[in-house]
Amino acid sequence: MDLNLNAEERQFRDELRAWLEIHVPKDWSEWREKPLEESFPYLRAWQRKLDEGRWAAVSWPKEYGGRSATLMQQAIFWEEMARIQAPSMANALGLGLIGPTIIAYGTEAQKKRFIPKILSAEEVWCQGFSEPNAGSDLASLQTEAHLEGDHYIINGQKVWTSFGWVADWCELVVRTDPAVPKHKGLTVLLVDMKSPGVEVRPLRQMTGESEFNELFFRDVRVPRENVLGKVNDGWNVAISTLMFERGSYGARLHLLFKRNIDRLIELSRTFQRNGQPAAKDPLMRQKLAQCYAEIEIMRLNQLRAFSRTTATGVPGPEGSIQKIFWSELNQRLQQIAQEMFGPFGQLTSQDSRAVDNGIWSYGYLRTRGNTIEAGTSEVQRNIIGHFVLGLPRSY
Amino acid sequence: MEFGLSESQQLLKDNARKFFAGECPMEEVRRLMETETAYDPGLWAKMVEQGYTGVLFSEELGGVGLGEVELILLMEEAGRELLPGPLFSTVALAGVMIDQVGSPDEKKKYLGPICAGQARATVAVLEARASWDLTDLQIVSSNGRLTGEKLFVPDAQVADFIVVVTRDGVFVADQKAPGITIEPMSVMDLTRKMYSVRFSNTPVERLGGLTAVAQALDVAATALVAEMVGGMQRTLDITVEYAKMRKQFGKPIGTYQAVQHQCADMYLETESARSAAYYAAWALDEHTPDSAIAVSIAKMYASDAARMVGNRGIQVHGGMGFTWENDLHLYYKRAKASETALGDSTYHRERIARLVIDRSAASSQTA
Repeated sequence: MDLNLNAEERQFRDELRAWLEIHVPKDWSEWREKPLEESFPYLRAWQRKLDEGRWAAVSWPKEYGGRSATLMQQAIFWEEMARIQAPSMANALGLGLIGPTIIAYGTEAQKKRFIPKILSAEEVWCQGFSEPNAGSDLASLQTEAHLEGDHYIINGQKVWTSFGWVADWCELVVRTDPAVPKHKGLTVLLVDMKSPGVEVRPLRQMTGESEFNELFFRDVRVPRENVLGKVNDGWNVAISTLMFERGSYGARLHLLFKRNIDRLIELSRTFQRNGQPAAKDPLMRQKLAQCYAEIEIMRLNQLRAFSRTTATGVPGPEGSIQKIFWSELNQRLQQIAQEMFGPFGQLTSQDSRAVDNGIWSYGYLRTRGNTIEAGTSEVQRNIIGHFVLGLPRSY
Repeated sequence: MEFGLSESQQLLKDNARKFFAGECPMEEVRRLMETETAYDPGLWAKMVEQGYTGVLFSEELGGVGLGEVELILLMEEAGRELLPGPLFSTVALAGVMIDQVGSPDEKKKYLGPICAGQARATVAVLEARASWDLTDLQIVSSNGRLTGEKLFVPDAQVADFIVVVTRDGVFVADQKAPGITIEPMSVMDLTRKMYSVRFSNTPVERLGGLTAVAQALDVAATALVAEMVGGMQRTLDITVEYAKMRKQFGKPIGTYQAVQHQCADMYLETESARSAAYYAAWALDEHTPDSAIAVSIAKMYASDAARMVGNRGIQVHGGMGFTWENDLHLYYKRAKASETALGDSTYHRERIARLVIDRSAASSQTA
């Protein structure tokens, strides 16, 4: 056990730090509060710059434009990005989930066609997985595709699609064989979002914004060479994408949480509660300390999972607790903020009295979705029960 | 960066697991807990042979000279088997305190016999106020003598000497010194005996001031957290086995999500406590600036988690979990004792608040 950086890791960090010092945009603070629709071209340009320095996808193999970074180096990458308050990257799903899936399952032609443009953010990607009647039970999805000549014809509906409004391409899971058991008749298609018959509608969520979309497919034609992996092996391809989703995401989130708790602690020193600063209120102190501790434990769980994965080559069982841990913790953190701010907690960005321009009222509502998106807490607990602890399948 | 165990650390842990399972299985735990002191000289001699009493102390003193990480791996495995007797008191409490506070001569005098297996020891801190805040201590030495009562002193009956933390320093009292009265306190956990120790004008040897006490108690707290993690792991293992085997409505109860989710939460709590314990041990070993915070995070989390894991385990067992025959209540009681020992979660949250919100100096007098 040695949590100090080794020579290679230090070199990686120093090189990245030096690059960021020069290239990180200085005017991000003017953009960060704006709606994503407005800041998106800015984020695309930033990702292009990162790609030019070969920093857009450090985890990817060198031959595909990455740096074959170890998990620890990936953790260092996100830590440094947060330390210097770098903007996020535009093509988050392409870099984090879909690119790695194409690298794992794609043909040489597909890799050559798609990978460089994912890296440069020239083509932004979305994921067509969930459907109105297929959420946790993803394999029961109904969007169907059948072959006519050299094209698949797609009909159906997807929901909860992040980046749908701006995406150029979609990793779409469809049913190609309705006659076989549900997991066996699925195929993944790479779909051009500009194809005739694709309709993107905003999905307004409880925060009032439309972060997600609904996608409608009416007789959409996709060339058969756009099948990713094998026909009717789509379940394995899709699961591999979801594994990437649950992989290093926690490392990035930790830094956001850390920034939030540090800010709350800072505010507690001046924010009045029952006639004294919240930082003097014994109960508030207990709650802030609990939250601070849990955020640190989240970091430690992640590091242990990385070490385990590095040592064994497969993601360790510790990884499966991360999703539950961060999503429930994030909700508790926002509730503590609400308790501290009292009636001011409910003020939105439209009101000049709102704390920090309303990020806390937004955060309270947005985090409500955390225990649902990317695998509900219930599904995560089923996964631990069955796959980690070896209990019988419950469904 | 490597947050896994090294080969030699893994070996030590595996060997400790085999040793405790072989030498002190549950029948033996149950036999010892019904004895007056829960101490077995034969078992003690075997642990000494393994180097367990000297794991952390330098080779010059006859120890093994390993670090805090190795100490807590040993404690984790001891906790897994619910090891009764004074190993924790002797090594993690008294030994560590002498190692931190004592002069080279004092270390030789007290740690030498501990490494060699000739002496057992313990530490007395709490008084009637039951506060771990050292500024709350009332007893003060007077001309090299102590008068007053210490409470919740583990294993005092079998300790050859008692390290006493008072308002004005750290002292060592020979257990047979004049004026000492040791009386058992009747506590839930039968595997770790607790005592009241009364001093009446008892001559003591002064080891030093209070400066290093917080650091010593931090090492002890981390070792205790590791022991709790071992207990949590065993509680989880027993519970999962039971959920696979016990049938109701024609199926193993582990098929039902209400039961699975209890087990999943036990797993989450156990692994999280383990991450926190391992990091705290490494931070102490490396003397990182955040080591005090790391220890409080670990003890805070484990104090609540050990209790919750016990609750869930018993709940999954149903009526069986409520019986004396089932082992879970033994772990449950140890968890309760450990929850408050060296500061409960409320205490450590407040300590984190002082360090993080008030930004007070990392090693304050308030342990």
